Amino acid sequence: MTNADPILDIQNIEVVYNNTIQVLRGLSLSVPRGAIVALLGSNGAGKSTTLKAISRLLEMEKGELKSGDILFDGQSVRADTPHGLVRRGLFHVMEGRRIFEDLTVEENMIAATYAGSNAEARKRFDLVYEYFPRLFERRKGLAGYLSGGEQQMLAIGRALIANPKIILLDEPSLGLSPLLTEEIFSIIARINNEQKTSMLIVEQNAAMAFAVADYGYIMETGRIMLDGPTSVLTDDPDVQEFYLGMSGGDDAGHKSFRDIKHYKRRKRWLS
Amino acid sequence: MIDWLFFSEIGLAGLGTGGLYALTALGFVLIYKATRVINMAMGEILMLGAYVFMGFTASTLLPIWLSILLAIACTGLIGGVIERVIIRPMLGESEISVFMVTIGLGSVLVGLVELIWGANPQRLIEFIPKEPIFIGEAYLSSKIGYAFVTAAIVLAVFLAIFRTWRGGVALRATAGDQAAAYSMGINVPMVFSSVWVISAMIAAGAGILVGSIGGISPEMGVYGLSVLVVVIVGGLDSLLGALIAGLMVGLIETYAGAYLGGEYKLLATFSLLVLVLILRPYGLFGTHEIERL
Ligand SMILES: Nc1ncnc2c1ncn2[C@@H]1O[C@H](COP(=O)(O)OP(=O)(O)O)[C@@H](O)[C@H]1O
Ligand SMILES: [Mg+2]
Repeated sequence: MTNADPILDIQNIEVVYNNTIQVLRGLSLSVPRGAIVALLGSNGAGKSTTLKAISRLLEMEKGELKSGDILFDGQSVRADTPHGLVRRGLFHVMEGRRIFEDLTVEENMIAATYAGSNAEARKRFDLVYEYFPRLFERRKGLAGYLSGGEQQMLAIGRALIANPKIILLDEPSLGLSPLLTEEIFSIIARINNEQKTSMLIVEQNAAMAFAVADYGYIMETGRIMLDGPTSVLTDDPDVQEFYLGMSGGDDAGHKSFRDIKHYKRRKRWLS
Repeated sequence: MIDWLFFSEIGLAGLGTGGLYALTALGFVLIYKATRVINMAMGEILMLGAYVFMGFTASTLLPIWLSILLAIACTGLIGGVIERVIIRPMLGESEISVFMVTIGLGSVLVGLVELIWGANPQRLIEFIPKEPIFIGEAYLSSKIGYAFVTAAIVLAVFLAIFRTWRGGVALRATAGDQAAAYSMGINVPMVFSSVWVISAMIAAGAGILVGSIGGISPEMGVYGLSVLVVVIVGGLDSLLGALIAGLMVGLIETYAGAYLGGEYKLLATFSLLVLVLILRPYGLFGTHEIERL
């Protein structure tokens, strides 16, 4: 994808765990400013590893970026620390949501205020509650008692507190009902549209990801196999068969796909 | 016939001892909670703090209060250096290896202190007012009384700060999920350093109090073993547990010493330990299993 000044630019990276297991083999992708980009691939393809390489959380797991480079906002992330990157405006919402269960909902959000000045961050609490009114109702309760959907809302809410330029979202639909997934994705699209936050979304639910994304990458065993605007990918017969599951007459899946599509048209029309 | 006056005097003394246990246990729990390191050198850091205080008081130029503050600050600094140089490189290693390293650290500190100040027991300068305290008719040694009050104030301030201050949230978040804390902008290495600094400062304060009551010696670090009992009883990762277990162990130990004889102190505390572990394997308030200990 050619773009003059992308917010995120991954150039030909190789990632190795424990100095032995090579997981990424020359992967490149880029996210234009303000765009939503989807990264798809089957289990174990290396999607989460890609996100961890970007946010530098890789070093927590003895993973190493062996070659290639990752530019965030024009600057390599190699010299950055994970918390330093958050301060620069890159927020990674990890797979499995990773909320702090022993902390209250509000304390979970307070934990995210370290990204910038405390006063600025506090002002954004209302913004989070506006997108997720349910979090406001449950703000005093322990986050561990939230439902899966609410936990995902909290995970995204924490990202909003940090006021990032880009959010990396790892499988936001994981373990959620189709209805909740739709709700989450329509809010993701709204945040992108209203806050101008760029997003890189890793998903197994390709239909949902394509519905909100402008551009898509499909990876297998550490490499990008296919990429293109989502409108083109959606019409690709292979993509339809392997990722969108359209060979059968899955009507329910189709319907929600169209609904979101409709939302996205509106978003285009608005901006 | 029970002599109620004697009984309550022993109780007061027990609370005093327990307050100091609770204080030291707080330092221990802070480190465990944030970093999952069982710091076996806690007693030796406490001992080091007492010696550093003695070092400052040896020069008569400094007022006592300044010596206390300097000793606490210096020991805090040493705690920070220990974290940075010895503990942090061990990040990601198994819990048992870090555990062993802290045991080794304890011996190194003992050796260091013997090298600088010698192996003989010494007395700290007298700075606690001598007039005994009477609560009702019950007598309480002034040293233990003041030690208890100091410990209680520090503990209360700590628990309050922990619940309200933003740094407390950062610490609890780090304790809950390190990678997640990192991912949202919390400077995790800084949390680790801070915890070791604060913990060492607490230990130094406790060391000065303990040393003022019973004198100091390089073997004073065995105090850490009683504290270990306290934190296991209270639950390794519970601040409230440290507080309550500290008082419990202090009381039981003192009562056993007074009514059964000094040689029964250890028996009594270890019986409590075994009893609690049978009934509640995670300690009274703990949430994490005490593995491989
Ligand atoms: N911490 C780790 N240590 C060693 N291997 C890992 C680690 N994390 C992931 N892997 C391996 O890397 C590959 C890609 O994993 P991952 O990036 O999680 O894939 P995805 O998110 O696409 O399912 C898998 O084969 C997995 O076993
Ligand atoms: Mg994954």
